[in-house]
Amino acid sequence: MGIYILKRLVTAIPVLVGVSLIVFLIMAMIPGDPATAILGSYATPENVERLNRQLGLDQPLWQRYFIWLGNLLQGDFGRSFALNRPVLDEVLERFSATLVLAGTAFVLCSILGIAAGVVSAARQNELADKAVTVVVILGISIPSFFLGIMMILLFAVKLRLLPASGMYSVWGGGDLPDLLRHLTMPALALAVVATGVIARLSRGAMLEVLRQDFIRTARAKGVHERRVIWHHALRAAMVGIIPVLGIQAGFVLSGAVYIETVFQWPGVGRMLVDAILKRDILLVQGGVVFVAACYVCFNILVDVAQSLLDPRIRT
Amino acid sequence: MKPFLRLVFRNRLAGFGGCVLGIIVILAILTPILPLRPPNETDTANRFLRPLSEGYLLGTDHLGRDLLSRLLWGTRLSLAVGVAAALAAGIAGAAIGVIAGFFGARTDNVTMRGIDMLMAFPYILLALAIVAVLGPGLFNALIAVTVVNIPFFARNIRGVTVGIVHREFIDAARLAGMGDARILIGEVVPNIVPVVVIAMSTTIGWMILETAGLSFLGLGSQPPQADLGSMLGEARAAIITAPHTSIVPGAMILLIVMSVNLLGDGIRDALDPRLRAGALARPSAATRVERKTEPTTKDDGLLRVFSLETQFHAGNRVYRAVDDVSLRLDPGECLGLVGESGSGKSVAALSIMGLVASPPGVITGGAVRLDGQDLIGAPYAVLRSLRGRRVAYVFQDPLSSLHPIYRIGDQLIEAIRTHAPISHAEAHARAIGLLEDVRFPNPRERMRAYPHELSGGMRQRVGIAMALANDPDIIIADEPTTALDVTVQAQILALLDELRRKRGLAILFITHDFGVVAQLCDRVAVMYGGRILETGATADVLAAPSHPYTRRLISCVPELGAGRRKLPAIPGLPPAVDALPPGCAFAPRCDRVRDACREGQIELRGDDRKVRCLFPEAAP
Repeated sequence: MGIYILKRLVTAIPVLVGVSLIVFLIMAMIPGDPATAILGSYATPENVERLNRQLGLDQPLWQRYFIWLGNLLQGDFGRSFALNRPVLDEVLERFSATLVLAGTAFVLCSILGIAAGVVSAARQNELADKAVTVVVILGISIPSFFLGIMMILLFAVKLRLLPASGMYSVWGGGDLPDLLRHLTMPALALAVVATGVIARLSRGAMLEVLRQDFIRTARAKGVHERRVIWHHALRAAMVGIIPVLGIQAGFVLSGAVYIETVFQWPGVGRMLVDAILKRDILLVQGGVVFVAACYVCFNILVDVAQSLLDPRIRT
Repeated sequence: MKPFLRLVFRNRLAGFGGCVLGIIVILAILTPILPLRPPNETDTANRFLRPLSEGYLLGTDHLGRDLLSRLLWGTRLSLAVGVAAALAAGIAGAAIGVIAGFFGARTDNVTMRGIDMLMAFPYILLALAIVAVLGPGLFNALIAVTVVNIPFFARNIRGVTVGIVHREFIDAARLAGMGDARILIGEVVPNIVPVVVIAMSTTIGWMILETAGLSFLGLGSQPPQADLGSMLGEARAAIITAPHTSIVPGAMILLIVMSVNLLGDGIRDALDPRLRAGALARPSAATRVERKTEPTTKDDGLLRVFSLETQFHAGNRVYRAVDDVSLRLDPGECLGLVGESGSGKSVAALSIMGLVASPPGVITGGAVRLDGQDLIGAPYAVLRSLRGRRVAYVFQDPLSSLHPIYRIGDQLIEAIRTHAPISHAEAHARAIGLLEDVRFPNPRERMRAYPHELSGGMRQRVGIAMALANDPDIIIADEPTTALDVTVQAQILALLDELRRKRGLAILFITHDFGVVAQLCDRVAVMYGGRILETGATADVLAAPSHPYTRRLISCVPELGAGRRKLPAIPGLPPAVDALPPGCAFAPRCDRVRDACREGQIELRGDDRKVRCLFPEAAP
């Protein structure tokens, strides 16, 4: 088991290197002088000159990559010119807010999606199944940013139940209940699409598993049908569902960019969009590389979870 | 094409999606010639007019522009961008996939590693990075969405290509001396195109959503030009005062994406033959029963099966898998149920405890009585409490019939605790005892083993131990040795026989092998085409088979030490049970067939020794 995890960690290294290389190459394609792009068009020639030397931009491309990668590994992601602070500080701060939002949404969509999928498979072609199907279709078709706006309209403007934006109240907030009140709408809006996808997939996986011989064995043993479905079938179906959870985590993270914009959540997605609009290239680069690396690591966790569940993988 | 479309539209939701999408596309195409105001004409006197205002069907936005006109122009733009992105990503991805799949080896390896790297990103990060480099703008957003989706197509198409490259007609083309380029263009590409087209058509909705999203963030289309996403983005500022300016474009995106998805699902279902056949139906907890009357025959004993009828209903077809089967099993007795594959023997056995998968299985008649209690009409709770406790099953393939990711110990403990209210520790001890009973080596240590870590014979011992868990009166063994080696087979048979004698178990033993029957069974029933052809004491049937089928089945069994002898096979195939001939089901393959055999039902006649034949081999 330990060896499997170690092996999996080692295989992540080339992926991480590849991810950094792709980000680097995309950023290297910025037309014109990168230093000017970073400092803005009002920069003095001396500053441009100095930054070029600092970033090693006078070196050939491949050397620049290694300089940049070396800096990254030492935690030096450069400095955001628009915010005038180290990129890493800003990214870490923003990413923690995103984690709160996306993490909650991910847990929500996993639980709701799997539960809906199981129920709809267990009651195939009955009312519950049809209801789930309709909700799933709506869920995967509605743009999350539109759903967010509609939720604000309904719950914040009309019913005045929940705050429309932000992570904490400006006055007198800051505690956990305050955070939860702010979190409810964006987390739900973010979870909806992934819930639909996971529900649909879980339903398929369950239907596949329920036809297997070992389900018949469980029934022949006299195991209660509820246990057959929620233990025997679900456990086997999870083997197919967990990898999809890993993929869906990427979609939740992507959706967070829209939801953070709609609800003015101070997360990394909103930060990236602002950075692009302000042409704050180093901040974009640092943010993208950091989040992508976290996502790769998350997927390793998913693989490990998978191997814990399915003993056949470990050997 | 026509039957395909009919198949798609038979799915009502897909039909609905197709119609909605059709209307939207027609409107988008006709937009330039419709009598609309120019989409960018501002009229600050009429800002935020509500829908259905004079002259403005959907109202106006924050600059007093006509929302209807902007909506249609925006839809046109969004559709165009979505289609363009799908086309570009589809073509580029397909090209990469075809090249990687066709040339294989190094090319494939390097390309696919690159694709994997791209897929390691949450897609929007990549899109954002690209937009960051190129700068905001609709065309740049289009490029970003295209690039981000190329890996999806490349990977799918590579898979399909690899499948095609290994097919015979590619080898044939190579042998005919065609070059790579000609094979690619002439043979591979035509086979890929439909796959690409379908993948594209199902992802257009997604592409529209993504570009609209980038526009919503302000990274896509720039004012005054507006697609649906940027309309929504601009309207958001006035969400409280004029919600309709947000709702109108948002609802349009929802409508487009939903109709594309519905249609795409319909197309996919129509193409996937598995779904078409309805094979993915979930078997319910107990077999469906549609019995008109319960037979009133009274003959109580341990297990009695009276004129059991089990059918499979698939669409309009009815397969009569079990037809008028009656069996009798007394305490401590072993009854062999013999027949070829498809004779209905397993279905008959599974019907007893309502374990026939349904759909498609339906029990349409007869009765099964355990100590006089009818099981066919029994409620699920009763059936469940009897399953495993009084009647236990041992199945054919122990690998697929044990749960693959539960430890065998846990599966045994579950079997025990399902019916006995004892603690986990007690059940654990009892489980070890059961494994000892079935001669399982090192049971204590191997309680923690998974089924895939055991040999076939060991797995079947676990299966038998599990069946014994609650000291049942009856074990129904459905070809328990068929998946095993001959030597292991002999051990398992010896084990079953021993258990039967020690515990006074009654066994219903299902097999296709008369050799096994001779070894184990007191009585035997021979099934063919869903019916019993002959039944009697094993020794009598073996010594003097009455039905021509039984005789020939017996002569199929090789005997050790019997010297060289030709094993006569029975020519022909068992009958399809959805179109049974009138009269004897075996008639088409019988060497003693006469005209009378094909006319009308033939009764199963006799007392202890019964036969369903007009011209039996010898008087029973």
